[in-house]
Amino acid sequence: MSTESNLTKPSAEEEASGVEQTRSGRCYRPSVDILENEDELTVLADVPGAAADRIDVKFEEGTLAIHARVEPRQPEDTSYAIQEYGVGDYYRTFRVSEAVDAGKITAEYNEGVLILHLPKTEATKPRKIAVKSP
Amino acid sequence: MVFRSFYPRQPLGQLRHEMDRLLSGFFAQPPGSWLAGGREQPAVNVWDTQDALKVELEAPGVKKDQVDISVVGGELSLRVERPEVEQEGVTYHRRERPVGTFTRVLRLPADVDAGKVQAELAGGVLTITLPKAESAKPRKIKVKAVS
Repeated sequence: MSTESNLTKPSAEEEASGVEQTRSGRCYRPSVDILENEDELTVLADVPGAAADRIDVKFEEGTLAIHARVEPRQPEDTSYAIQEYGVGDYYRTFRVSEAVDAGKITAEYNEGVLILHLPKTEATKPRKIAVKSP
Repeated sequence: MVFRSFYPRQPLGQLRHEMDRLLSGFFAQPPGSWLAGGREQPAVNVWDTQDALKVELEAPGVKKDQVDISVVGGELSLRVERPEVEQEGVTYHRRERPVGTFTRVLRLPADVDAGKVQAELAGGVLTITLPKAESAKPRKIKVKAVS
Protein backbone atom coordinates (compact mmCIF):
# COMPACT_ATOMS: atom_id res chain seq x y z
CA MET A 1 0.00 0.00 0.00
CA SER A 2 1.37 3.38 -0.80
CA THR A 3 0.13 6.54 0.78
CA GLU A 4 0.85 9.96 -0.48
CA SER A 5 2.74 12.68 1.24
CA ASN A 6 3.28 15.93 -0.57
CA LEU A 7 5.78 18.52 0.51
CA THR A 8 3.88 21.27 -1.29
CA LYS A 9 0.14 21.11 -0.84
CA PRO A 10 -1.39 21.61 -4.26
CA SER A 11 -4.05 24.24 -4.69
CA ALA A 12 -7.43 23.20 -6.00
CA GLU A 13 -6.50 24.33 -9.51
CA GLU A 14 -3.21 22.50 -9.51
CA GLU A 15 -4.97 19.25 -8.70
CA ALA A 16 -6.03 18.94 -12.31
CA SER A 17 -2.40 18.51 -13.33
CA GLY A 18 -1.56 22.07 -14.06
CA VAL A 19 -4.44 23.83 -15.74
CA GLU A 20 -3.36 27.33 -14.81
CA GLN A 21 -1.91 30.52 -16.16
CA THR A 22 1.77 30.13 -16.68
CA ARG A 23 4.35 32.13 -14.78
CA SER A 24 8.05 31.48 -14.78
CA GLY A 25 9.11 28.77 -12.32
CA ARG A 26 5.69 27.13 -12.00
CA CYS A 27 5.77 23.61 -10.63
CA TYR A 28 3.02 21.11 -11.31
CA ARG A 29 1.83 17.94 -9.71
CA PRO A 30 1.62 15.16 -12.31
CA SER A 31 -1.32 12.78 -12.50
CA VAL A 32 -0.30 9.25 -11.62
CA ASP A 33 -1.55 5.71 -11.71
CA ILE A 34 -0.13 3.39 -9.08
CA LEU A 35 -0.58 -0.32 -9.60
CA GLU A 36 0.51 -3.29 -7.59
CA ASN A 37 0.96 -6.86 -8.67
CA GLU A 38 2.70 -9.81 -7.04
CA ASP A 39 6.18 -8.69 -7.94
CA GLU A 40 6.26 -4.93 -7.98
CA LEU A 41 4.66 -1.57 -7.53
CA THR A 42 4.35 0.31 -10.81
CA VAL A 43 4.01 4.08 -10.95
CA LEU A 44 2.96 5.79 -14.19
CA ALA A 45 3.22 9.58 -14.20
CA ASP A 46 2.06 11.95 -16.93
CA VAL A 47 5.01 14.28 -17.42
CA PRO A 48 4.85 15.46 -21.03
CA GLY A 49 7.55 17.69 -22.45
CA ALA A 50 10.37 16.62 -20.15
CA ALA A 51 13.76 15.34 -21.28
CA ALA A 52 14.68 11.85 -20.04
CA ASP A 53 18.06 13.01 -18.77
CA ARG A 54 16.45 15.81 -16.77
CA ILE A 55 14.17 13.64 -14.69
CA ASP A 56 15.29 12.85 -11.13
CA VAL A 57 13.87 9.86 -9.33
CA LYS A 58 14.91 9.38 -5.72
CA PHE A 59 13.93 6.71 -3.26
CA GLU A 60 15.04 7.40 0.25
CA GLU A 61 13.75 6.07 3.58
CA GLY A 62 10.47 4.95 2.15
CA THR A 63 9.79 8.16 0.21
CA LEU A 64 9.77 8.20 -3.56
CA ALA A 65 10.32 11.60 -5.18
CA ILE A 66 9.89 12.48 -8.84
CA HIS A 67 11.20 15.73 -10.27
CA ALA A 68 10.95 16.26 -14.02
CA ARG A 69 12.41 19.43 -15.47
CA VAL A 70 10.48 20.87 -18.37
CA GLU A 71 11.83 23.63 -20.58
CA PRO A 72 9.36 26.30 -21.70
CA ARG A 73 8.36 25.59 -25.26
CA GLN A 74 7.33 29.10 -26.21
CA PRO A 75 8.90 32.48 -25.48
CA GLU A 76 7.63 34.01 -22.26
CA ASP A 77 6.08 36.99 -24.01
CA THR A 78 3.89 34.84 -26.28
CA SER A 79 0.42 36.28 -26.50
CA TYR A 80 -2.06 33.42 -26.27
CA ALA A 81 -5.51 33.44 -27.82
CA ILE A 82 -6.37 30.60 -25.44
CA GLN A 83 -4.21 29.42 -22.56
CA GLU A 84 -5.62 26.57 -20.53
CA TYR A 85 -2.49 25.06 -19.11
CA GLY A 86 0.97 26.14 -18.11
CA VAL A 87 4.31 24.57 -18.92
CA GLY A 88 6.68 23.92 -16.05
CA ASP A 89 8.47 21.34 -13.95
CA TYR A 90 6.67 18.40 -12.43
CA TYR A 91 7.21 17.36 -8.83
CA ARG A 92 5.55 14.80 -6.59
CA THR A 93 6.43 12.60 -3.64
CA PHE A 94 4.97 9.36 -2.34
CA ARG A 95 5.37 7.40 0.84
CA VAL A 96 5.85 3.78 0.00
CA SER A 97 5.22 1.54 2.97
CA GLU A 98 5.60 -1.64 0.98
CA ALA A 99 9.09 -3.08 1.30
CA VAL A 100 10.78 -2.26 -1.95
CA ASP A 101 14.16 -3.37 -3.20
CA ALA A 102 15.59 0.12 -3.72
CA GLY A 103 18.59 -1.15 -5.66
CA LYS A 104 16.34 -2.68 -8.29
CA ILE A 105 14.11 0.30 -9.08
CA THR A 106 14.04 1.05 -12.79
CA ALA A 107 12.55 3.95 -14.72
CA GLU A 108 11.64 4.57 -18.35
CA TYR A 109 10.37 7.66 -20.09
CA ASN A 110 8.26 7.15 -23.18
CA GLU A 111 5.89 9.49 -25.04
CA GLY A 112 5.69 11.81 -22.08
CA VAL A 113 4.96 9.11 -19.50
CA LEU A 114 7.41 8.20 -16.74
CA ILE A 115 7.10 4.55 -15.70
CA LEU A 116 8.73 3.42 -12.49
CA HIS A 117 9.11 -0.21 -11.52
CA LEU A 118 9.59 -0.77 -7.80
CA PRO A 119 10.25 -4.48 -7.27
CA LYS A 120 9.17 -5.86 -3.94
CA THR A 121 11.73 -7.47 -1.73
CA GLU A 122 11.55 -11.27 -1.65
CA ALA A 123 10.23 -11.22 1.88
CA THR A 124 7.12 -9.29 0.92
CA LYS A 125 6.18 -11.30 -2.14
CA PRO A 126 3.21 -13.56 -1.58
CA ARG A 127 4.44 -17.05 -1.06
CA LYS A 128 2.38 -20.14 -1.50
CA ILE A 129 2.75 -22.51 1.38
CA ALA A 130 2.24 -26.15 0.64
CA VAL A 131 0.13 -27.98 3.15
CA LYS A 132 1.46 -31.43 3.78
CA SER A 133 -0.79 -34.09 5.02
CA PRO A 134 0.82 -36.69 7.23
CA MET B 1 -21.40 25.04 -44.00
CA VAL B 2 -20.75 21.55 -42.76
CA PHE B 3 -21.28 21.14 -39.08
CA ARG B 4 -20.29 17.98 -37.28
CA SER B 5 -21.03 17.62 -33.61
CA PHE B 6 -18.68 15.49 -31.59
CA TYR B 7 -20.25 16.21 -28.25
CA PRO B 8 -21.84 13.33 -26.39
CA ARG B 9 -25.57 13.10 -26.65
CA GLN B 10 -26.23 14.60 -23.28
CA PRO B 11 -28.60 17.52 -22.90
CA LEU B 12 -26.12 19.58 -20.92
CA GLY B 13 -23.25 19.05 -23.31
CA GLN B 14 -25.48 19.80 -26.25
CA LEU B 15 -26.89 22.97 -24.63
CA ARG B 16 -23.45 24.25 -23.78
CA HIS B 17 -22.26 23.61 -27.29
CA GLU B 18 -25.20 25.56 -28.67
CA MET B 19 -24.37 28.41 -26.30
CA ASP B 20 -20.74 28.35 -27.39
CA ARG B 21 -21.71 28.60 -31.01
CA LEU B 22 -24.17 31.40 -30.35
CA LEU B 23 -21.65 33.48 -28.46
CA SER B 24 -18.73 32.66 -30.69
CA GLY B 25 -20.72 34.20 -33.49
CA PHE B 26 -21.18 37.44 -31.57
CA PHE B 27 -17.80 37.79 -29.99
CA ALA B 28 -15.70 35.63 -32.29
CA GLN B 29 -14.25 33.95 -29.22
CA PRO B 30 -13.36 30.30 -29.35
CA PRO B 31 -15.55 28.15 -27.10
CA GLY B 32 -14.22 27.30 -23.69
CA SER B 33 -12.09 30.38 -23.16
CA TRP B 34 -14.70 32.43 -21.32
CA LEU B 35 -16.27 29.71 -19.23
CA ALA B 36 -15.06 30.11 -15.67
CA GLY B 37 -13.86 26.80 -14.28
CA GLY B 38 -14.73 25.01 -17.50
CA ARG B 39 -12.39 22.10 -17.63
CA GLU B 40 -12.61 21.18 -21.26
CA GLN B 41 -10.44 18.28 -22.20
CA PRO B 42 -8.10 18.17 -23.91
CA ALA B 43 -6.78 21.45 -22.49
CA VAL B 44 -5.24 23.55 -25.24
CA ASN B 45 -2.98 26.51 -25.70
CA VAL B 46 -3.52 28.55 -28.85
CA TRP B 47 -1.41 31.39 -30.17
CA ASP B 48 -0.96 33.35 -33.32
CA THR B 49 2.26 33.77 -35.27
CA GLN B 50 2.35 36.02 -38.31
CA ASP B 51 1.91 33.18 -40.73
CA ALA B 52 0.10 30.50 -38.79
CA LEU B 53 -2.11 29.59 -35.88
CA LYS B 54 -0.60 27.19 -33.39
CA VAL B 55 -2.53 24.83 -31.19
CA GLU B 56 -0.72 22.78 -28.55
CA LEU B 57 -2.02 20.15 -26.22
CA GLU B 58 -0.50 17.65 -23.84
CA ALA B 59 -1.30 14.04 -24.68
CA PRO B 60 1.10 11.83 -22.72
CA GLY B 61 1.03 8.14 -23.57
CA VAL B 62 -0.99 8.76 -26.69
CA LYS B 63 0.09 7.32 -30.02
CA LYS B 64 -0.45 9.21 -33.24
CA ASP B 65 -3.18 6.84 -34.46
CA GLN B 66 -5.12 7.71 -31.31
CA VAL B 67 -5.34 11.35 -32.35
CA ASP B 68 -7.85 12.63 -34.88
CA ILE B 69 -7.58 16.16 -36.21
CA SER B 70 -9.75 17.81 -38.80
CA VAL B 71 -10.37 21.32 -40.03
CA VAL B 72 -13.77 22.07 -41.46
CA GLY B 73 -15.47 25.37 -42.01
CA GLY B 74 -13.30 27.50 -39.73
CA GLU B 75 -13.36 24.95 -36.91
CA LEU B 76 -10.66 22.65 -35.64
CA SER B 77 -11.95 19.32 -34.36
CA LEU B 78 -9.79 17.31 -32.01
CA ARG B 79 -10.32 13.81 -30.77
CA VAL B 80 -7.85 12.10 -28.42
CA GLU B 81 -8.27 8.49 -27.33
CA ARG B 82 -6.71 7.11 -24.19
CA PRO B 83 -7.92 3.58 -24.04
CA GLU B 84 -8.19 1.69 -20.81
CA VAL B 85 -5.47 -0.90 -20.48
CA GLU B 86 -6.93 -4.03 -18.91
CA GLN B 87 -4.49 -5.78 -16.65
CA GLU B 88 -4.81 -9.09 -14.86
CA GLY B 89 -3.88 -9.56 -11.24
CA VAL B 90 -3.35 -5.89 -10.58
CA THR B 91 -4.60 -3.66 -7.78
CA TYR B 92 -4.86 0.07 -8.36
CA HIS B 93 -3.80 2.24 -5.44
CA ARG B 94 -4.29 5.41 -7.41
CA ARG B 95 -5.91 6.07 -10.75
CA GLU B 96 -5.67 9.69 -11.84
CA ARG B 97 -4.54 9.58 -15.45
CA PRO B 98 -7.41 10.27 -17.81
CA VAL B 99 -8.99 7.37 -19.65
CA GLY B 100 -11.50 7.54 -22.47
CA THR B 101 -12.17 9.58 -25.58
CA PHE B 102 -11.86 13.35 -25.41
CA THR B 103 -13.24 15.60 -28.10
CA ARG B 104 -13.10 19.30 -28.61
CA VAL B 105 -14.12 21.73 -31.31
CA LEU B 106 -12.33 25.06 -31.53
CA ARG B 107 -13.51 27.99 -33.53
CA LEU B 108 -10.44 29.31 -35.34
CA PRO B 109 -9.89 33.05 -35.04
CA ALA B 110 -8.44 33.32 -38.55
CA ASP B 111 -8.86 31.66 -41.92
CA VAL B 112 -6.44 28.82 -42.43
CA ASP B 113 -5.29 26.81 -45.40
CA ALA B 114 -6.82 23.45 -44.40
CA GLY B 115 -4.69 21.58 -46.91
CA LYS B 116 -1.46 22.70 -45.26
CA VAL B 117 -2.23 21.89 -41.62
CA GLN B 118 0.55 19.93 -39.92
CA ALA B 119 0.62 18.11 -36.62
CA GLU B 120 3.56 16.77 -34.64
CA LEU B 121 3.51 14.51 -31.61
CA ALA B 122 6.69 14.38 -29.56
CA GLY B 123 7.33 13.65 -25.88
CA GLY B 124 3.59 13.53 -25.24
CA VAL B 125 3.04 17.04 -26.64
CA LEU B 126 0.91 17.52 -29.75
CA THR B 127 1.61 20.68 -31.74
CA ILE B 128 -0.67 21.65 -34.61
CA THR B 129 0.39 24.30 -37.09
CA LEU B 130 -2.36 25.85 -39.18
CA PRO B 131 -0.90 28.13 -41.86
CA LYS B 132 -3.10 31.11 -42.44
CA ALA B 133 -4.83 31.66 -45.72
CA GLU B 134 -3.20 34.44 -47.69
CA SER B 135 -6.19 36.67 -47.09
CA ALA B 136 -5.72 36.34 -43.31
CA LYS B 137 -2.06 37.29 -43.21
CA PRO B 138 -1.32 40.83 -42.11
CA ARG B 139 -0.40 42.94 -45.07
CA LYS B 140 1.33 46.23 -44.87
CA ILE B 141 -0.24 48.93 -46.94
CA LYS B 142 1.98 51.60 -48.39
CA VAL B 143 0.76 55.13 -48.16
CA LYS B 144 1.45 57.14 -51.25
CA ALA B 145 1.77 60.87 -50.90
CA VAL B 146 -0.31 62.61 -53.52
CA SER B 147 0.52 66.24 -53.94
